[in-house]
Amino acid sequence: MNAIAATADALIATLRDVLPILAVIVFFQLAVLRRPIPRLARVLWGSALVVVGLSLFLMGLELALFPLGEAMAEQLAEIGRGLDVGGDAGAGDAGAGDEVVPDWRNYYWTYLFAFTIGVSTTLAEPALIAVGMKAEEVSGGSIRSWGLRLAVAFGVGFAVSLGTLRIVLGIPLPYVVLSGYLVVVVQTYLAPKEIIPLAYDSGGVTTSTVTVPLVAALGLGLATQIPGRDPMVDGFGLIALASLFPIMTVMGYAQFAGWWNRWRDTRKLGDQNEEPSCTSS
Amino acid sequence: MQRTECTGITRVNRVDLERALKRCGELLWQSVRDLLPIVLVVGAFQLLLFRQPLDDVAGLMLGLALVVVGLTLFVAGLDMALFPLGEAMAHAFAKKGNVAWLVAFAFALGFGTTFAEPALIAIADKAGELKATGLDEEARGLARTRFAMTLRGVVAVAVGLALVIGVIRILKGWPVHYLIIGGYLLVMMLTPFVPRAMIGVAYDAGGVTTSTITVPLTTALGVGLASSLRGRNPLLDGFGMIALASLTPILFVLVLGVAWR
Repeated sequence: MNAIAATADALIATLRDVLPILAVIVFFQLAVLRRPIPRLARVLWGSALVVVGLSLFLMGLELALFPLGEAMAEQLAEIGRGLDVGGDAGAGDAGAGDEVVPDWRNYYWTYLFAFTIGVSTTLAEPALIAVGMKAEEVSGGSIRSWGLRLAVAFGVGFAVSLGTLRIVLGIPLPYVVLSGYLVVVVQTYLAPKEIIPLAYDSGGVTTSTVTVPLVAALGLGLATQIPGRDPMVDGFGLIALASLFPIMTVMGYAQFAGWWNRWRDTRKLGDQNEEPSCTSS
Repeated sequence: MQRTECTGITRVNRVDLERALKRCGELLWQSVRDLLPIVLVVGAFQLLLFRQPLDDVAGLMLGLALVVVGLTLFVAGLDMALFPLGEAMAHAFAKKGNVAWLVAFAFALGFGTTFAEPALIAIADKAGELKATGLDEEARGLARTRFAMTLRGVVAVAVGLALVIGVIRILKGWPVHYLIIGGYLLVMMLTPFVPRAMIGVAYDAGGVTTSTITVPLTTALGVGLASSLRGRNPLLDGFGMIALASLTPILFVLVLGVAWR
């Protein structure tokens, strides 16, 4: 019974998301365009699949992954905290009082978890799957969906990992964000032009349904464990970084792919140039 | 005669069925592949680091099955509905050639989807509470709802305008990076003048506008528009709408913060 109620809730939430979109499309279709939608039955079927699929997806996450992942994200900081306190007492350091200064080396499990959870949740992000499909189609296959998604995923993983390190060290967020944007500006002028709009888009796509709850829980857990950190600011800081770094990694992916192709082409060209010269002489 | 007709029909059906089943299997396998990493990460940390047995194995399995099936249906629906719909509308508007209606459609789509967005409503309520602290009981309720409604309106207008700018940009062929870099420069210049609590609200507002259903639809709209106009490259001009839609809310809420200081 409980599961049925939860399904209904998820379905209603998704429908509420869809209704305004539906209203806008129907109004403009009927009042302005006055043209039947091609293959209407198929579109209606597909819309039903999208709504039901997204509801089941969110419900399954709620049921299986989020409780476990969130609990782990919040507990992980305790391990590092335990090492902080225990290590200082054993070595007889000066910081034996109430205020134990966090040692960034004790939080390696947190960095590892942050990286792997950032990568894996991004690969499961439905909105990114959609953008990847479209990019592969539009580019005629020169941008691979899987390659693009891996680039975004590594960007998010790196960002979340760096973000947790930032929380432990207590570096102010604006410095990190500012230097990140400087790198983005420089890269924009170096990267192939075709990738830039896509790279910027992938920054916004990552802050979606799967990644945000787990990453926010990680920031919250760390900020509450370490004294002097503000849970509100630090939780949001991780997400801000997670939407900045994919821009860099996607442009980097394109730069690398460009170099790789040019290197391969010049080698091929070299082979071709050699062959005729051999036969002619 | 009847028999051959019969077998003919069943053979066609069987080919269709086989093809559909094969496609289903492919999509299911893709979903499993997309979800495997997250299951492995959570599982590995749970077993190796926390060393706790999983207490509700049945619920876990059911949840994972739902996630896989749900993602499969969603991806199938993308190809059948959201992508063709967005592109068909973009083509129809391009054919009609009326820029005013296209701009009105972009604004309505952005405003409509954002104003009702549950994540935005949650943030607006939280921010309203922050804003209303320090007032007496009677004034607090009023100030809270007024603030929450204003915030929702401002963010919705911001997203509507972002899609309008995105559409005009595609029509004119402006490169997206000038708009985005300029916008973030403004964001950084405004940030020091905004109260600390509002900064968090502003940056959060940028992330809530890109929901899982709006992203495919706007992407299809942009790409469809760019590919139906001569001289526009769908890759170069079609993408970039989402980047704009996650920038303008930050900017608008920061301005609101400055105005209310």
